[in-house]
Amino acid sequence: MEKVKVIEIKKSVFAENDKDADNLRKELKTKGVYLLNLMSSPGSGKTTTLIQTINRLKDKIRVAVMEADIDSDVDAIKIKEATGIPSIQLHTGGMCHLDAEMTRQGLDNVALEDADLVVLENVGNLVCPAEFDTGAVRNAMILSVPEGDDKPLKYPLMFSVCDLVLINKIDVMPYFDFDLERCKSYIHQRNPKAQVIPICAKTGEGVEAFVQWLLTEVNAWKTN
Amino acid sequence: MHELGVVFYIIKDVKAVAEENHVDHVSSVVMDIGEVSTVVPHLLTDCWRWAADKEEMLKGCELKINTIPAVTYCDNCKKEYETVKFGKTCPHCNSNNTWLLRGNEVEINSIVV
Repeated sequence: MEKVKVIEIKKSVFAENDKDADNLRKELKTKGVYLLNLMSSPGSGKTTTLIQTINRLKDKIRVAVMEADIDSDVDAIKIKEATGIPSIQLHTGGMCHLDAEMTRQGLDNVALEDADLVVLENVGNLVCPAEFDTGAVRNAMILSVPEGDDKPLKYPLMFSVCDLVLINKIDVMPYFDFDLERCKSYIHQRNPKAQVIPICAKTGEGVEAFVQWLLTEVNAWKTN
Repeated sequence: MHELGVVFYIIKDVKAVAEENHVDHVSSVVMDIGEVSTVVPHLLTDCWRWAADKEEMLKGCELKINTIPAVTYCDNCKKEYETVKFGKTCPHCNSNNTWLLRGNEVEINSIVV
């Protein structure tokens, strides 16, 4: 009979990625580049929100965008055409999320010496991206009104890893059964520290508050 | 939904450990998967079969899964309860001041060579 040997490992599958992510964050700190990981469901208005935000930000700080999708480059082109800032498209090759290694490969194609803020638009998905630390300084997510105010209960991990939640499409709130205060209380049940900013990317309502949040964050990252 | 990504991580870790131990074939990998880890066991084993058979060292290698029951602790009444049955709200005192004690593990327990 063949000899059988058991080798104990007892190690989290995510440990390696967490280490990579921490290293990447340290490198970005040295370079003075702030990376924001922006997550949401498909269709919540990530790209429209970014266009509105970048057009208000681009005269104050230097911004670049990395779009991650399973396929196509429509988002990267849309950002470049609407804002004129550098924007690259990453393909995840069928994967439902980005990890620190993929983020690093993406950043290799961004001129970091010309950027203060890089926004990573993660794959549209409320489950998987929450599991993988990308190396970003902060995680933000967009929840749009048509998705419903109960989403923090259904996708608790996503809401517990986010520092900022933007509630988008507030202009259509009267047509949906969406209670803003109830939604905020669900978010804070999962994550008492999460900041919530209601916005409407289409009309620009509330976007200025997000712009100010970003400016404060980027400034603190570069100076402290 | 991200089981394939998880499988690639497992393969990377298992190969590294096998190489450190000068092992040329692994016959099984034992995983500890928490009930609320968001990893679905049968999808994980499906993805595993597809990806592991592409690696010489892991051809035919079986993925065994230990399920870790999820337990939540209540800070108000200091009691534990089953997470899957009751969720965030403590069934003993109705408080939301609770946190997950265990059940979100995605860990490689051991490999058999």
